[in-house]
Amino acid sequence: MIQKEAEKIFETRELNVNMGPQHPATHGVLRLVLDIDGETIVKVTPYVGYLHRGIEKLGESLSYFQALPLTDRMDYVSAMSNNIGYVVAVEKLFGIEAPERAKFIRTIVGEMSRISNHLLWLATHALDIGAMTVFLYCFREREWLLDLFEMICGARLTVTYPRVGGVRNDVPQEFLESLWKFTDEFPSRILEYETLIDQNRIWLQRTVDIGVISAEEAINMGMTGPTLRGSGVPYDIRKHMPYDAYDKVDFDVPIGTKGDTYDRYRCRMLELRQSNNIIRQLIEKLPPGPVMVDDPKFTLPPKDKMMPITHPTKEIAYFILEKACKGCGMCMRACPAKAITGEKKAAHKINQALCVNCANCLVTCKFKSVTVVSGGKGLSDEKLAELAVAPDQLPEDIKQAQQLLVKQFEFIKKGPKAPEGDLYVATEVPKGELGFYFVSDGSGKPFRMRLRAPSFIHAGCLPRLCVGHLVADVIAAIGTIDIVLGECDR
Amino acid sequence: MDINNIISPQLLDAFIKFGINVLVIILKIVVVLAIGLLHVAYATYFERKVIGHMQVRLGPMRVGPHGLLQPFADGLKLFFKEDIVPANADKVVFYIAPIIFMAASMVNLSVIPFSYGFTIADFTISPVIADINIGLLFIFAMAGMGVYGIFISGWASNSKYAFLGGLRSAAQVISYEIAMGLSLVGVMIMAGSLNLTDIVRAQEESVFGMFAIPQIVGFIIFTIAAVAETNRTPFDMPEAESELVAGYFTEYSGFRFALFFLGEYIAMIIMASMATICFLGGWTLPWYITQVVPFINYVPGIVWFLMKVYACIFFYYWIRATLPRYRYDQVMGIGWKILIPVALANILITGLVKIIMTMYGA
Repeated sequence: MIQKEAEKIFETRELNVNMGPQHPATHGVLRLVLDIDGETIVKVTPYVGYLHRGIEKLGESLSYFQALPLTDRMDYVSAMSNNIGYVVAVEKLFGIEAPERAKFIRTIVGEMSRISNHLLWLATHALDIGAMTVFLYCFREREWLLDLFEMICGARLTVTYPRVGGVRNDVPQEFLESLWKFTDEFPSRILEYETLIDQNRIWLQRTVDIGVISAEEAINMGMTGPTLRGSGVPYDIRKHMPYDAYDKVDFDVPIGTKGDTYDRYRCRMLELRQSNNIIRQLIEKLPPGPVMVDDPKFTLPPKDKMMPITHPTKEIAYFILEKACKGCGMCMRACPAKAITGEKKAAHKINQALCVNCANCLVTCKFKSVTVVSGGKGLSDEKLAELAVAPDQLPEDIKQAQQLLVKQFEFIKKGPKAPEGDLYVATEVPKGELGFYFVSDGSGKPFRMRLRAPSFIHAGCLPRLCVGHLVADVIAAIGTIDIVLGECDR
Repeated sequence: MDINNIISPQLLDAFIKFGINVLVIILKIVVVLAIGLLHVAYATYFERKVIGHMQVRLGPMRVGPHGLLQPFADGLKLFFKEDIVPANADKVVFYIAPIIFMAASMVNLSVIPFSYGFTIADFTISPVIADINIGLLFIFAMAGMGVYGIFISGWASNSKYAFLGGLRSAAQVISYEIAMGLSLVGVMIMAGSLNLTDIVRAQEESVFGMFAIPQIVGFIIFTIAAVAETNRTPFDMPEAESELVAGYFTEYSGFRFALFFLGEYIAMIIMASMATICFLGGWTLPWYITQVVPFINYVPGIVWFLMKVYACIFFYYWIRATLPRYRYDQVMGIGWKILIPVALANILITGLVKIIMTMYGA
């Protein structure tokens, strides 16, 4: 009786703690609003969107071939896998088949990316739980992989190495040798991390039976990747819907039993070993051949053939033929150096001192009034008028270069036309299932590009994993679902 | 009038003696403070270097040769940083908290002896500022005072992280203080004194040479409790970086932050000194070592003392680089369910053995 009255007077409320968006353990800009009763979590509300850059919308204004670098910026921890996911999807849309060697190389770099992602995951997960040294051990190996990425494409994080229809360039021999050495050493390094945490009493106490989720529930929540496999569901797109060269390698899909944080940790540790194995198999089987699809429709024209009219140091000059010019002003608008001047409906003029030989005017002119004068650099306008010939009377190499240039402009500005329809293609990135859904209206740009980002779905599972546990377990839960906010917020 | 008529020679003598004593005490305070703070500064450097090398990196390398001047650079930086006080903080308490914390840990330095007393021209100088008979208790009392600093800083910051950190700290430090106190009761029984110098002397005279051997259980409990008491990994709940950002001093900056930082490192050095004095024989070496290698007696005791202290500190760094962090409830569980019962059993057994030994006149 008295107690009831006391409850009426002294109302108790949960403490409302705002974890993030600036917090050392939320892996970026995730914001969690925690309602805690003492140290026990009563309610978790994740808020996402602090890193939203509108990648899906941006994709609509870029051609299929141009949106590739955007995917680097999604999951910046494993950019290579995102690139592969995108190019595999676009290839399927266009019906292109990449050459065998390119497929192998893509699979190799994809698995490298998986290892580097899992290393970063382990590093941060362990750091969150307090094991500092694992963090630096993992970074030691990740550095090696990033250096290898640098060797093949010059970038360490935002690689943009795969291309629709293959890869940007063939891999150098030193890359393969260094990677082979890495795969030789890496299993012993995994043991090194495991010495520190795998059977560590404190680690077990912090991870076993924390954030348990059953297989059924995990499927219902849309979990994918190692997060799902930890609950014992052997679903792996690499195995069940193989893309690239995954059907040519032999590997296992490690699964857990209970679906707790420790199982998910074990799954990823075993995956590291599997990925290492896959890379070794692929390097052994790597076939010779081209690395880019041999179809001019889907590739940029060779640069050296466009050289005669685009290189800024070439001894050429652009000139507008007065007779042919109708004064439409198209070239004036296209000129990036503002070198073209003229009244409407009167012949325009190029200021040779400002011209940068970009060839924009040449490509935009519909009346064939812009021409190229070989050896015309530094000459006066009168002299150029004397030397200038109509575009169709130019030498053969310049003519060819001009045609290729027009092609390149078409390729960049409009992009090759995709068949009409819609398509969903999923690939297995380190975090789970990354899906690209395109709605194509038959033009060179997607009508709608939609991403299925595993991080977004996993962030939504956080309340399910945390409620009932303590504050410290929220950190373990954020670590175990392995999210990157760049991908989550897109 | 002769001066001797006003003040008797005896009184004058007493005055001079008093004056010299005061001078000696002031000198001791200055020396201990200066050397203590220098040790604290280099304890941070030592920590960064040790952990750095354990983690396949170098640690500080830029400031001075091998980064030796890094502690001074850090101190200078902290000194000139802006001192931010949160708008909703309880200002007075916010200002006082770090001072309480720092003072509570620093005052402990006054009861830590570094060696036996020595005589210079009729004056016996004991290398301890206050050679009190309740040295051990005094350290416990001051460690308990330090909790106030932590707790009210968490409260005054008016920030939820700091508040949670303060709460955790209060609970943790109080529970581990019990375990730590109980673990030392065995030592008190064996030495029969609370005076730290007497404890060291008792160890020198004992069969084992140091209490760590007969009191191995107490030593282990003390080591674990000391780690928890100084809020270090794996028991660094109050400032668990990944959960509570920085715990109770989240809102502190500049020199106020430095005070907490200094206080923590001093507390660590105090704990290491306590372990050395109560369990490892302080500045003495066991007889079975000195008799085998007699020339080792020429090394001054303070060298052994410092070596033992630094070995303890190294151990703290070592576990910090190795172990993950416990969860809050697990920490409390270990304290109450394991350490305290085991410590009590240890006291019981030690007491029984002591009674039996005195009964049979050993």
